[in-house]
Amino acid sequence: MAAFDMRLQDLHNQLHSKEITVTDLVDASYRRIAETEPAVKAFITLDEENARAAAAQLDKVLQEGGERGLLFGLPAGIKDNIVTDKLTTTCASQFLSNYDPIYDATVMKKLKAAQSVTIGKLNMDEFAMGGSTENSSYAVTTNPWDKERVPGGSSGGSAAAVAAGQVYFSLGSDTGGSIRQPAAYCGVVGLKPTYGLVSRFGLVAFASSLDQIGPVTKNVEDSVYVLQAIAGHDPQDSTSANVAIPDYTAALTGDVKGLRIGVPKEYLGEGIDPKVKEAVMDALRVYEGMGAVWEEVSMPHTEYAVACYYLLASSEASSNLARFDGVRYGIRAENPDNLIDMYRKSRSEGFGPEVKRRIMLGTYALSSGYYDAYYLKAQKVRTLIKQDFDQVFEKFDVIIGPTAPTTAFKLGTQVEDPLTMYLNDICTIPVNLAGVPAISVPCGLADGLPVGLQIIGKAFDETTVLRAAYAFEQQTEHHKLRPQL
Amino acid sequence: MSITIKDVDHVANLARLTLTDEEKTTFADQLNAILKYAEKLNELDTDNVEATSHVLPITNVLREDETRPSWPIEDVMRNAPDEEDGQFRVPAVLE
Repeated sequence: MAAFDMRLQDLHNQLHSKEITVTDLVDASYRRIAETEPAVKAFITLDEENARAAAAQLDKVLQEGGERGLLFGLPAGIKDNIVTDKLTTTCASQFLSNYDPIYDATVMKKLKAAQSVTIGKLNMDEFAMGGSTENSSYAVTTNPWDKERVPGGSSGGSAAAVAAGQVYFSLGSDTGGSIRQPAAYCGVVGLKPTYGLVSRFGLVAFASSLDQIGPVTKNVEDSVYVLQAIAGHDPQDSTSANVAIPDYTAALTGDVKGLRIGVPKEYLGEGIDPKVKEAVMDALRVYEGMGAVWEEVSMPHTEYAVACYYLLASSEASSNLARFDGVRYGIRAENPDNLIDMYRKSRSEGFGPEVKRRIMLGTYALSSGYYDAYYLKAQKVRTLIKQDFDQVFEKFDVIIGPTAPTTAFKLGTQVEDPLTMYLNDICTIPVNLAGVPAISVPCGLADGLPVGLQIIGKAFDETTVLRAAYAFEQQTEHHKLRPQL
Repeated sequence: MSITIKDVDHVANLARLTLTDEEKTTFADQLNAILKYAEKLNELDTDNVEATSHVLPITNVLREDETRPSWPIEDVMRNAPDEEDGQFRVPAVLE
């Protein structure tokens, strides 16, 4: 897949000089999908006819010397919880098996303006609830590095498709680590922007106070360009931040001299695979070599983050998923006794076990008599977790640690044990609770499986996060490793 | 405190879910394990801590009250499981 390994600027130059066409790129994408999809199963829906039509249109722009967008001609995969006009959007749920959206999410409008080409919709855990993509009701996506292992989740399809070279980039969504953890497991780059930087309009809501859309790419430079294309205030999302969007290419300096790095001891403590820890320590030595300084710090409320998150996220989910009632869209159960019975039967038939479990947990935490003990308590603990970040960021520019405590685990080994699955998110969840940006970049292999390095920054300081990530990438070859498929 | 099958029935009713007996037993066990883990939060004194519902310092985002075009009815109805005269049709609410 030579074209997809090319730097974006080089690819643009080749398009400009007509050495390649957008149709060539789209052909390459579907060819690679045909070769690798039987093993990887990253996609739920392919949109080949429209993608080819869009490519032909863009080739015409190229022929006529028209203006080209930032992501001109790049084949993109989209997580299936981002609504796409007239293109089935299932959220990997049976409930939405026939859902045909009537509008584009704001990020899709922005991608169209940037002129990327949508190849298809990517697999995920149902309604983004899970960390392995095994909760999809359509297919089990495998890790391109080892088909007996999970790609991570919930944006497992987004990470696997990029790792397998099926698309140039993809979009995922991250509520508790759902972009970063699969990016780490699949050896690619995944960015969760600051809460509010990228519009959530048209992202099917899981936990509204935590969800963010972000790019999955092969390298940090591509992440910069995709973020540039999708960031920005949106009046259609009331939680969209009205902030000026900087030129993120300013991050591509390779210079981190004097950068102050905080390394939370809680992220490298109990439960962290020693080989993952070793890869992170190696990365810190790379930073030292570049003139950055790091120091161990403490974020004492880290151990409470997982419990806090599962109460808050499930509560928000139980409320958000109340809309799936069989009235306006999605499936409707046959022969209900009455209206309430129709809601019950449609929901019970349409939702899978993890979604039901979280709706049950959230409904319980919000129910009369338990609200203060669980939901309100968790909101207060959220404040303490956020304060941990505020305190570290008084002295440090970024926080660095592992993205996940281990490398990708084997398929089927954790699906019966929700609590263990939830604990995989210990390093990523606090970031969503605090609303700050973080990226996962490849930092080596442990027993042949990719390890992710997580770089966390201050709210709306994506530039420093990307600068730190890019400088690391310039000094290392980890991001160039590809799985053998 | 532990969640009984009766509690599961109550919550399932609130959530508009019908569960099989097997699901009820499984969920009772799993919710008990998760809530037991969540009790960890009680180790923290939060009496004087403000709750965070979301992290952005914004409240009451308003827009001008201007008329705007709405979606064409045929588009809105495209996904309706059942419709009549441009309205969503549902089973009788009152007998």
